[in-house]
Amino acid sequence: MGSIKGIRDKVAIIGMGCTKFGEHWDKSKNDLIYEAVRDALIDAKLETKDLEAAWGGTWVSGFDGRCLADPLKLQYIPVTRVENACASGSDAFRNACYAVAAGAYDICLAVGFEKLKDSGWSGLPDQQSLPSNRYPDRTAPGMFALMATTYFSKYKLSPEEGKRMIGLVSVKSHHNGTLNPRAHLRREVTIEQVMNAPIVAWPLGLFDCCGVSDGAAAAIVCRADVAKKYRPDPVYVKALQISVCPSEGEMRADYDFTTVKATVRAGEAAYQEAGIKNPREEISMAELHDCFSITEAVTCEDLKFSPKGKVKQDIESGFFDLTGGLPVQPDGGLKSFGHPIGASGVRMLFEMYLQLQGKADKRQIKNPKLGLTHNLGGIPVSNTVSVLIIGL
Amino acid sequence: MAGIASYGAYIPLFRLNRADINSAWGGMFPVPGEKAVAGYDEDSITMAVAAARDCLKGFDRSKIDRLYFASTTSPYKEKLAASIVAGALGLRNDIYTMDFSGSLRAGTSALRAAMDAVDSKAAKSVLVTCAETRLGAPKGDKEITLGDGAAAFLVSDAGVAAHFEGSYSMFQEMHENWRSDKDVFVRSWEERFIREVGYTRVIPQSIGVALKNCNITAKDITKAAIYAPDPRLLATVAGKIGFEPFSQLVDPMFMTVGNTGSALSLMMLVSALEDANPGDRLMCVSYGDGCDVLIMKATEGITKIKDRRAIKRHLESKKMIPNYLKYIQWRGLMETDPPPRPPINHISVPALWRDREWGLSLTGQRCKKCKTPQYPPQRVCVICQAQDDFEPYHFTDVKATLTSFSHDNLAASIDPPTTIAAVDFVEGGRIIFNMTDRNPDEVKTGMPLEMVFRQVHYWEGIHNYWWKCAPIRC
Repeated sequence: MGSIKGIRDKVAIIGMGCTKFGEHWDKSKNDLIYEAVRDALIDAKLETKDLEAAWGGTWVSGFDGRCLADPLKLQYIPVTRVENACASGSDAFRNACYAVAAGAYDICLAVGFEKLKDSGWSGLPDQQSLPSNRYPDRTAPGMFALMATTYFSKYKLSPEEGKRMIGLVSVKSHHNGTLNPRAHLRREVTIEQVMNAPIVAWPLGLFDCCGVSDGAAAAIVCRADVAKKYRPDPVYVKALQISVCPSEGEMRADYDFTTVKATVRAGEAAYQEAGIKNPREEISMAELHDCFSITEAVTCEDLKFSPKGKVKQDIESGFFDLTGGLPVQPDGGLKSFGHPIGASGVRMLFEMYLQLQGKADKRQIKNPKLGLTHNLGGIPVSNTVSVLIIGL
Repeated sequence: MAGIASYGAYIPLFRLNRADINSAWGGMFPVPGEKAVAGYDEDSITMAVAAARDCLKGFDRSKIDRLYFASTTSPYKEKLAASIVAGALGLRNDIYTMDFSGSLRAGTSALRAAMDAVDSKAAKSVLVTCAETRLGAPKGDKEITLGDGAAAFLVSDAGVAAHFEGSYSMFQEMHENWRSDKDVFVRSWEERFIREVGYTRVIPQSIGVALKNCNITAKDITKAAIYAPDPRLLATVAGKIGFEPFSQLVDPMFMTVGNTGSALSLMMLVSALEDANPGDRLMCVSYGDGCDVLIMKATEGITKIKDRRAIKRHLESKKMIPNYLKYIQWRGLMETDPPPRPPINHISVPALWRDREWGLSLTGQRCKKCKTPQYPPQRVCVICQAQDDFEPYHFTDVKATLTSFSHDNLAASIDPPTTIAAVDFVEGGRIIFNMTDRNPDEVKTGMPLEMVFRQVHYWEGIHNYWWKCAPIRC
């Protein structure tokens, strides 16, 4: 990895909005986009006409700049649709920030959104495969199950110990979700419920998998040096990093499934950009891509929150709980929100933003300084990962 | 002189107890034994490929100059199946490929055509494949008696294990068994008529002529592989010809496999070749709208053909299908609730065409710089990023082990759970496959695996084939 220049402290977030996530049978994607942006504008005390350019992140719910221009009736400003799998929303935010940092614009909008529940499928609406379909049938839970079984085997966890370790991840996230009115699933679960739930792809049971929902979230960013003009408590962009895997895990026999190299790379780059030496100590809180409970556990190691192979101790000691040393998924995570693909990254930023401003209500973490968000699009063997850090 | 240079066979892993079928329908046909049933992802094309791979062990595939595929159950009414078989086997594309279909004599027709081609010097090496997956209508006797299987022979002009001595064919136009272009299931006329005027009359007559043409008698035949819809009829014709049933007749596998149609007499011939000694005289007889008789004599070469799964080992390795309903579902005979997953994307024919080599024959590449095998082929090496510097590398017969796996209950499968397997090859390279023919409880990291050619999707009339991994069968 070369030296990272980055845009630390050049851009600030001055307004955010986030819809409730869930099965929005009564709302279209345009309703969700409109509501998220309306709330962000209210938060920033701005009007639509103040927005100079916009980026919309979505996986399958829109195709070009009209995905925002149409519902918001943006008046002929530049709008770009961004697609980068589960990192689509985070990448839309990154593009908006870069445009401001480049000096091209003063105020930009980033929106992440997804409307999955119109598809009629309980899982994701699209199966990705080669056009010839000469390809194994593999689902996301099936592929992340490889991560779990291999992790258990490598670190000598019995199936029960392993299931318990990842089960505690879900118990914690469900608890946090009960405290969040925007969450989709707001119910406590016990470790027994998690461990005894129907198996989707062993060892991943129902509660090890995140759900699917509809939602949208929006952020308004401006030049850092003028941010205080808009509000007294802007939140500053510290690092925006993306790393994309060249699909090598499915072809290289040296990939062992217990790590995601793109997470490691994006994390290292983000720490360098933000000037962080000891993430476990310096990061105040994080929203990680817990598409599956095992993903969160492995990500905690890949981002150096826990030493390799030792995340179990931190999970069991409550280090990642709301009251722990480094709270993870304070808003309830994908586990409680479901995963409207394009929306999730900006939803994560929204929680970090609220926490940094001290507005997270019952979930409020004491004096946070830096919040990290992580998206993992794809599967362990092939993926696109974002790591963003924002702070005071 | 033309002869059989190599042989192979395939019997699917799965067997269905005939009692399970009979009890499902109220006990009309208390027939003993079991029948071999193609897996949900198998058909006549995939089984022909499996038999051909068995046959070609130790042989140079680049020398093959014809491929014949014989079956009454080709997945396609219009479209060559032999080209799919040839593609899966990685044969040269400047060879003559041909489907033999329509007749229960399709297998022996292909074998005889191969013999004629070699004898006439039109070809030097012809691969003959024959496979059947015929369906009897649920609740009928044929559902109980028909089974699935395949055979393959390499017919050559040199180095043969058995050379052809003679043949005889005749036709008799009669609707005995038939399946029209509108039928799914095999139909037959009333049994007493077809037995008397057909099988028990035509077969002894034809064999008599064939023996006479070769100036030999029934006693000169070491083993006779005679198509037999059931063992009683075989005993009847054997008596008429003068064969000693126990010593001279090849077991028609009625109790273990069932009637495999055009493949049956060829599979029986493979069974005879497995046990043959130099000098043995073998006979292969098929029946359907007439009769084909082939007579051949084993040479010293027969002792050199080793390490075949052929009939014996395929028969021994089996798994019982737990119940009749599963069989019905595998054959698509009952509409069931679709899985709660989106249907697969449509298949692009241009993409299939581009994949015709690496997709059909599992041919990847090896980087000339870092020597790492990789699949599918890339323009840039996944390890050292060298560009366009590769040589072809065939993965189908390379030793491989299971590195990681999961059993996925969510994936849309006729036979859940879907087993996802990260498979690492001994010389390097990894491919992620689905695993088939496995018992989920017996899948273990580190287990050795083999590659098998299977149907992976069906969409708008397109049968799409690729490879899966499977536990090493036997």
